Amino acid sequence: MAKYKNHILVCGGTGCRASQGEEIVQNLGKVIEENSLENEVQVVRTGCFGFCEKGPVVKMVPDNTFYVQVTPEDATEIVSEHLVKGRKVERLLYTDPETQERVSESKDMGFYKKQIRIALRNCGFINPENIDEYIARDGYAALGKVLTELTPEEAIKVIIDSGLRGRGGGGFPTGLKWDITRKVEAEQKYVVCNADEGDPGAFMDRSILEGDPHAVLEAMAINGYCTGATKGLIYIRAEYPLAISRLKIAINQAREYGLLGEDIFGTGFSFDVELRYGAGAFVCGEETSLIHSMEGLRGEPTVKPPFPSESGYKGMPTNVNNVETYANIPVIILEGAEWFSSIGTEKSKGTKVFALAGKVNNVGLIEVPMGTTLREVIFDIGGGIKDGKKFKAVQTGGPSGGCLTEKHLDIPIDYDNLLACGSMMGSGGMIVMDEDDCMVSVAKFYLDFTVEESCGKCAPCRIGNKRLYEMLDKLTEGKGTEEDLTLLRNLSNVIKDTSLCGLGQTSPNPVLSTMENFADEYEAHVRDGKCPAGQCKSLMQYVIEAEKCIGCTLCSRVCPVDAITGDKKEPHLISQETCIKCGACYEKCKFGAISIQ
Amino acid sequence: MEIVQLSIDNKKVVVEKGTTILEAAKNIGVDIPTLCHMKLHDMNIENKPGGCRVCVVEVEGRRNLAPACKTECTEGMDIQTHSVRVVNARRTVMELILSDHPFDCLVCAKSGDCELQTMAQNLGIREVRYQGEKNSYKSDESPAIVREMEKCIMCRRCETACNEVQTVGVLSAVNRGFESVVAPAFEMDLDHSACTFCGQCVAVCPTGALTERDSSAKVMDAIVDPKKTVIVQTAPAVRAALGEEFGMEAGTLVTGKMVSALRKLGFDHVFDTDFAADLTIMEEGTELLGRLGKHLAGDKDVKLPILTSCCPGWVNFFEHQFPDMIDIPSTAKSPQQMFGAIAKTYFADQLKQKREDVVVVSVMPCLAKKYECARDEFKVDGDPDVNLSISTRELAQMIRNANLNFEALEEDDFDQPLGESTGAAVIFGTTGGVIEAAVRTAYEVHTKKPLPKLDFEELRGFEGIRSATIDFDGLPINIGIAHGLGNARKLLEDIRAGKSQFHAIEIMACPGGCIGGGGQPYHHGDVEVLKKRQRAIYEEDKGKVLRKSHENPFVQKLYSEFLGEPCGHKSHELLHTHYYDKKKKIEI
Amino acid sequence: MSKVKSLADLRKMRDELQTKVSLREKSDHPDKLVQVKVSMATCGIASGAKEVMNHMIEEMDRQAIDAIVTQTGCMGYCYAEPTIEVTLPNSAPVVFGHVDNKKANEIIEKYIIRGELVDGIIPVNYETVKENKNE
Repeated sequence: MAKYKNHILVCGGTGCRASQGEEIVQNLGKVIEENSLENEVQVVRTGCFGFCEKGPVVKMVPDNTFYVQVTPEDATEIVSEHLVKGRKVERLLYTDPETQERVSESKDMGFYKKQIRIALRNCGFINPENIDEYIARDGYAALGKVLTELTPEEAIKVIIDSGLRGRGGGGFPTGLKWDITRKVEAEQKYVVCNADEGDPGAFMDRSILEGDPHAVLEAMAINGYCTGATKGLIYIRAEYPLAISRLKIAINQAREYGLLGEDIFGTGFSFDVELRYGAGAFVCGEETSLIHSMEGLRGEPTVKPPFPSESGYKGMPTNVNNVETYANIPVIILEGAEWFSSIGTEKSKGTKVFALAGKVNNVGLIEVPMGTTLREVIFDIGGGIKDGKKFKAVQTGGPSGGCLTEKHLDIPIDYDNLLACGSMMGSGGMIVMDEDDCMVSVAKFYLDFTVEESCGKCAPCRIGNKRLYEMLDKLTEGKGTEEDLTLLRNLSNVIKDTSLCGLGQTSPNPVLSTMENFADEYEAHVRDGKCPAGQCKSLMQYVIEAEKCIGCTLCSRVCPVDAITGDKKEPHLISQETCIKCGACYEKCKFGAISIQ
Repeated sequence: MEIVQLSIDNKKVVVEKGTTILEAAKNIGVDIPTLCHMKLHDMNIENKPGGCRVCVVEVEGRRNLAPACKTECTEGMDIQTHSVRVVNARRTVMELILSDHPFDCLVCAKSGDCELQTMAQNLGIREVRYQGEKNSYKSDESPAIVREMEKCIMCRRCETACNEVQTVGVLSAVNRGFESVVAPAFEMDLDHSACTFCGQCVAVCPTGALTERDSSAKVMDAIVDPKKTVIVQTAPAVRAALGEEFGMEAGTLVTGKMVSALRKLGFDHVFDTDFAADLTIMEEGTELLGRLGKHLAGDKDVKLPILTSCCPGWVNFFEHQFPDMIDIPSTAKSPQQMFGAIAKTYFADQLKQKREDVVVVSVMPCLAKKYECARDEFKVDGDPDVNLSISTRELAQMIRNANLNFEALEEDDFDQPLGESTGAAVIFGTTGGVIEAAVRTAYEVHTKKPLPKLDFEELRGFEGIRSATIDFDGLPINIGIAHGLGNARKLLEDIRAGKSQFHAIEIMACPGGCIGGGGQPYHHGDVEVLKKRQRAIYEEDKGKVLRKSHENPFVQKLYSEFLGEPCGHKSHELLHTHYYDKKKKIEI
Repeated sequence: MSKVKSLADLRKMRDELQTKVSLREKSDHPDKLVQVKVSMATCGIASGAKEVMNHMIEEMDRQAIDAIVTQTGCMGYCYAEPTIEVTLPNSAPVVFGHVDNKKANEIIEKYIIRGELVDGIIPVNYETVKENKNE
């Protein structure tokens, strides 16, 4: 076996692959061979590094140089400069937006400073397609420990004591869930991994499966041992081809090594995992819907109880956990409950992975200890708001979370705090909005999503969300009335109060939280017919200020609908009836004569 | 029995563990409104998707409202069923449902019988504050069932009926969110699906989304056409249910009033399908004895058990689902079709009329009969043996249209010769009846001895699958009975697996048999209604002088004058049919 | 690949496989390890820095010393190439000049293992090195 002196870790997550990550790997390999370095340098495709803002990302080991926005053409320079000459390729280093200094190591980057990686520990570190690298990182040792040293009850106690709660959004104590499934007697039980990640912009679970698939398999086997299940099912969106392919490789490797299958570690315990594909219906992330979908039925929820732990897949006790929850399990077993519970807040232990998106400088995948404040996430890790704009709101918890504001920035993030301020943890989506975002439109955007994704089973969600959307649309069109606001609030509350499953019970959150936190903005839409953020096209008009207009005619020439008239060297005029509010004139005017009113 | 104590509307209640809030409330006289929920006690049929959310109640300490139909009582629960919060939620949800529902109640087939309409009234909805886009779908008009899915409220009862009760599996929810609707696969028409037209979906639909294809106008057209002789036949189950449409107690027999009404409506001859039922027994019974005889003689090729074939929904079912077994059912036509064949030959001859000028109308408890009379094999040169089939409900509508005071009508007798029938024919209307009628005749024909006792209690009841062994004077005959196609499926699968010990099996597509048919007055989820109809049927049988089909003098006359002998040449031509493999037809 | 039949099997396997990722693991915690930077500019390479680097990696690996060896650019001591900079945990970096394999062995034996000083130190402090680097 060649002993490599350098490892080049290339992000092989979906995002970086889409921006030619695979070509980077190919080119690096080629150049390394040309330089006869193939016995010294190993190129490794890893999972996601998280710093998607500046992908594709390449990390040089052992000096930990972190190259960002690498192109396939950069391979030559990386090899000739960095490897051969030992000089960092300065232009590929990350530039701190504040200090404008180049940062060469990831640990010195604001993005990584406050992160603690537990669930993501192997993402961007190992080759997910190589079980040996996972084993080298203590992989399957937790399974071995549980099988040979602990009874199911003892193992569950570790999980209970760790304080781990479901990372899919519900926040139910994981160990407790396992214990309920364990206690139900049945001929066959099932362990299910919920990988039906459906929040817009969220990719926590995908990244874990792409970057560290064995961690999930190992955890499922541990879960199987603890609950008495011998079959594991991973319900994964068919739109995640890379995660699926890596899971398949991982399952095969684990079977080859005897880490899945019959008589694991010679203990007589048998466990195997199969994949089930979902068609990407958001509601199938709800566990009863997920189970129905796996059974070949329409993906729609049923009333709980009975809970899947009692009667789930094929009517058998079924323990459903989310990908991220599973990813925490092996570490907890190896490092102990005390270690894990030392991280986080009183009632929310450990870390949480978030997909940070929206108007922040550093979008990407982050993992922070529970209790980190929104401010730290958005400003320290996220690097603040893009283009120096003002922070306005952050939406946590996916499409049915709430929009939090400036006043919530210093609240430590955990399950209970987010719930208390009208939002929720959800599965970890986090979307940042700036002063340009109209909160009525934001609420409308999320309702558009929930209307699409409602399964249609219960009336309040099926029809109510549609009506909410229509009312919000009316507001953004400037046709809303005071009564609409009352109706909007009543309907939101009723939908929350009466919907069958979590989707409907939370879908009005964006409406309620924006109505609560941005009441003036709603009122402006209704009373003044104005959109303060200038986003609602129906509520704004482009106007030419006669004093500033010199009559250059540029605006009238770019107007696609000939709405602007005026003679040369005379102030121009925009016909409001004809104007389609495309903004072309506004962008083009060199004299700042056009304003939005 | 584990006991749970709780409080509903500040009243203490003690119930068995596992009781839902809805049931517990009912126990103390609190009616929680429901829309999607439906439970047919004793028949193991329940629909409670928890989807309409009208039955929500407030449970102390619970974050959101709880659906009463799906939430089990737990110790110490404190429930408010009509608090301000609950009533507001319930009314808002109701407004939402109405906001996606056509407002054409005035011309809706279901008006007055619509559970949604009643609910809106009960909740006092006078205004729908939430308005917006409404769904629209293409309408689906099969020969038997009309689907107007704008009126669907996604209660899913039809799905339960189609999939769980009948195991036909045609209807399921399609699309998502606001566009969700119940439809056959690929939103095809029912005609292009494996639909049996049993009409159980129609029977349970709370709104006008699923209704029968109305033929009453065409019937009136025929009646007013001076060139046509219009003959009507009425099925046995109709007389046990028609009265309900006029406010009479379920199970009131209205045979005489019905005959009187039909005559007043202008039918030229008012006959009884029961006559043809007696004829069916002659044919089917003879076929049974024939097959049985061959079997006993050691013929290995003979198919047993023999299955009854008078139910068209059931015929459709095996043609679609068990096409490999289409040689097992009796080849005897259903009574409706036997009647049509005789009416347009034997009786038309008596009238000295051409068959084209004779219009045969049937009044049926059934929607599949509409489909059946349109089948090509029941036509002669394009002229159907039975021209039009209307349901019990359509007849009631015609009687109302004609401004007849049904209750005040005098009792009349059927016309002759096709109006005479025995008690054996009457009981065709309930599950177990056909086979009991067959046994009465087959026994006497086979043993050549009179039956010691006519009432075969062992064949009666409401159990989905029943069986009995009847002693044919030393020869034990194993009888099976199934009603509801889901139960039929079980027996068929046994036959396919070679596990069936039965000699003869009666199958009815609808739960309860024809008394629970898709064309009957709506039972609105009350299984007692079906039981009362069944009692009425047996009552009518008891009151008959003649109770064995082979004793029907007009049937005897028909054979001597016209048909020859049962299962003879002419009978085969007129009274027997063949079946098709329909699985091929719908493969997509 | 043979099956993992017991936990002991797995542990053995892990120990064997450790090398696959140890470089990456070490690089995440360089402060706790011996860090060796080999100056690998043209001058360094020409005077045999590459062989020295390979030698050091192999030798420290053989002796199971937790170290990471990286290359760096010109340190500015071309007259003394090959030069290496050694940083022991919690100590200031020390630069050695004219390092060949033999010298490397001596540095490992004496400085890295026992912390004794060795001839050939180029008397600079860390800051100067850094300044030079930034030129």
